[in-house]
Amino acid sequence: MQLEYFQLIDRIVDLNLGERTITVEAQVPQTHTIFEGHFPGFPIMPGVLLTEAMAQSSGWLVLGVTNFERMPFLAMVKEAKMRGFVSPGQLLTIEAKIEHEGSGFAVTSAKARVGTELKCSAALTFRHIPFPDPKLRVYMDAMAHKIGYPFQAIAK
Amino acid sequence: MSSTFDQIANIIAETCDIPRDTIKPESHAIDDLGIDSLDFLDIAFAIDKAFGIKMPLEKWTQEVNDGKATTEQYFVLKNLADRIDELVAAKNAGASTAS
Repeated sequence: MQLEYFQLIDRIVDLNLGERTITVEAQVPQTHTIFEGHFPGFPIMPGVLLTEAMAQSSGWLVLGVTNFERMPFLAMVKEAKMRGFVSPGQLLTIEAKIEHEGSGFAVTSAKARVGTELKCSAALTFRHIPFPDPKLRVYMDAMAHKIGYPFQAIAK
Repeated sequence: MSSTFDQIANIIAETCDIPRDTIKPESHAIDDLGIDSLDFLDIAFAIDKAFGIKMPLEKWTQEVNDGKATTEQYFVLKNLADRIDELVAAKNAGASTAS
C-alpha cells in the first residue's frame, strides 16, 4: 500500500473474467502517520480506506471486463460493513465479483479478509466512461503492470 | 401480473423513497419526480434485474445529447415502460431464434 498516493492494492492474485471475479492482496503498512491519529494506542485501518481498498479491487476487475477501454469511478457504496479491526502490518486478501453489468455502470460485491477472518464487505456501484484523459490511461497501465495485472487473461 | 408501469413505479417508490401514489404514467422521472442520475443508476439496476434486460442508458443519453431524441421519450414513465417492453420482446425474440 502506498497510502500517500491512494494506491491500496499491491498484487493481483487472480483474475477470472469468465466468472467476473478478482482476488487481490493489500499489505497494510506497519507504520504510517494515519495510525498516529487513528487511534493513539490502538492503531487500526480506517473504515473509509477499507472501503476504498474494496473499491479499487472492484475497479481493477471492471477495467479488465471493459478491456481497459473504460475507467470506473465509484458512485455508490451500500451495505458497507466493518466486521473486525484491521491492524498495521496485516495482509488483506480482497475478493470482488461483478453482480451486474449495466449500460455505463457495474455493480460489484467485495469482501476483505485477513487470513480466513472476514473483516469487511460492501456492495459497490461504479459508473464507467471512456478514459477522460490519455494520461490517466497511461497511468493505469503503469499501475496495472506494477501490481502484476494478468493481461493475458484479457487477451483470451 | 402487474403491468410494466406498475413494476417500474414500485421500483422507483422503493429505491427513491417516493410515495407510490404520486408516481403516474405521465410522470417525468427527472422533471416531475426529481430523480437524479445517481438514483437513476439504482433504478436501472433494479429494472435490469427485474426484467432480465440491459437498458441502453448510454445510447439513450447520447441520443438526447445529440438532439435525436427527447428526454420525454425515455423518462416519461409510460414511455419508459414501452421501451422496456420493447427490450423484453427483443430479448425473447432472440431467445426463441437461438433455440
